[in-house]
Amino acid sequence: MPGLNDLYQEILLEHNSKPRNFKIVEDANRSADGYNPLCGDQIQLYLKVEDDTIVDVGFQGTGCAISRASASMLTQSVKGQSVERAQEIFDAFHSMLTEPEVEVDYDTLDDLECLSGVSEFPTRIKCAVLAWHTLLAALNGQSEATTTE
Amino acid sequence: MTSNSSGLDVARIREDFPILHQMINGKPLVYMDNAATTQKPQAVIDALVSYYSNDNSNVHRGVHTLSQRATDLYEEARTKVRVLLNAASDKEVVFVRGTTEGINLIAQTFVRNRVGPDDEIVISAMEHHSNIVPWQILCQERGAHLKVAPINDDGELLMDEFEALLGPRTKLVSIVHQSNALGTINPAAQIVALAHSFGIPVLLDGAQSIQHLKVDVRALDCDFYVFSGHKLYGPTGIGVLYGKEELLEQMPPYQAGGEMIKSVTYERTIYNDLPAKFEAGTPNIAGAVGLGAAIDYITNIGMDRIYAHEQDLLTYGTECLSGIGGLRLIGTAQEKASVLSFIMESAHPHDIGTILDTEGVAIRTGHHCAQPLMDRFGIPATARASLAFYNTKDEIDLLVKAIDRVNEVFS
Repeated sequence: MPGLNDLYQEILLEHNSKPRNFKIVEDANRSADGYNPLCGDQIQLYLKVEDDTIVDVGFQGTGCAISRASASMLTQSVKGQSVERAQEIFDAFHSMLTEPEVEVDYDTLDDLECLSGVSEFPTRIKCAVLAWHTLLAALNGQSEATTTE
Repeated sequence: MTSNSSGLDVARIREDFPILHQMINGKPLVYMDNAATTQKPQAVIDALVSYYSNDNSNVHRGVHTLSQRATDLYEEARTKVRVLLNAASDKEVVFVRGTTEGINLIAQTFVRNRVGPDDEIVISAMEHHSNIVPWQILCQERGAHLKVAPINDDGELLMDEFEALLGPRTKLVSIVHQSNALGTINPAAQIVALAHSFGIPVLLDGAQSIQHLKVDVRALDCDFYVFSGHKLYGPTGIGVLYGKEELLEQMPPYQAGGEMIKSVTYERTIYNDLPAKFEAGTPNIAGAVGLGAAIDYITNIGMDRIYAHEQDLLTYGTECLSGIGGLRLIGTAQEKASVLSFIMESAHPHDIGTILDTEGVAIRTGHHCAQPLMDRFGIPATARASLAFYNTKDEIDLLVKAIDRVNEVFS
């Protein structure tokens, strides 16, 4: 049994209490709502994309510490990145949580690695990936994302 | 562990529930998710095994011995439900899959043809989605309106406002007997009497009340009462729709097929008598047998003693949780069953649930299929510890300890 400390690492708790980019991006040109019907967590993600680069990102919504911290860290990791790079980060993050047999891509994930403990709590994976599915939906021009995984 | 004013020997009762004796994440299991489903006593497990080992066959019409035995067991289970609910006749007891199917059956066969444009169906602000959505669909289809009786901040129905919603346009009152998310016990007899004074039939959603209260459908005078077997220590997939015979007689079948017919030609089908008219297809025979065993089990212990012990637990639990800083109980009705729904300043309910699980304490977190109710309280979710008669004060102490751990992690 993995310990609680693996799940609720200090950096995660810190992002939960002081989320970064917790804002509405007024001049956003992409946005999507993410919703987890199983637990009611919801997030609104705003992106400003210019020349294929995510120049600004922000989020709003309610959720548990894991979904909130994950959203906060997402905004930090994709801000200033190309859309293609954001997709790569998504893939690496998703793989870290759902494919334990695949080696974790530490270079791509950086701080996001602190969420790796979530993979040991299968019922909470959906919390960690909600913001990320919402990111993909926004980049793909869909207005809604739903996670139940 | 055994000291309580109800005279229940809880330590002995716990021996009847094999699942309770295990470690979860290295800690003894403290099962407090009884509003979602209750655990099964050995007697219920044995009844299922015995049925499949010795008596399994299809019911009704068979001439061989096993078929007769299976039929007898199935119909004996129906009689046990009739006695439990104090219904007037076995004909008034229809086996369904659960509460949800029972409500949908009534929506489609009783209410559908009675509501027209601008008619109204009245529910309360503390309904489970299963007592909202079927009516919403029906209202949309028929151009009718769903009216919601409001509640106060303690989670109690506002009777005056409820009464004000009743009128000649009201075709049904469908109301939860006991709230799953708050624990509130609604004044069912009073609600029924009030609705009947306007000539309005009443459906009581008994999904939660069946495990905590002595239910007498004739004393309540409700027209319909529905519950699920798995919340009464029985198996999943079996439930009961009680309906007054004269109403069930008027209603068309819900599903069509075998069992619900008397005779079939290509020109015409004559429907079977009650309750078979509503039981198309091979029923959940083993489920009914298991539910019968569960009813025997709780009847033997006594619903009065179960209620007394659970009220003891509720009082103790309320006292303990109220003393925890940053914790707020949601649902503080005067009349309440042993449900402790709460939120904490420090942590979201899902984080509370995960941390409690690592301490071996099983509770439910989320909106409890009652999103409009959560909206009413302005919260997304709660953590809910729901207690059964096999729970103890020692376990409540463990719950409190686990909640303290939440505050430590999120300090």
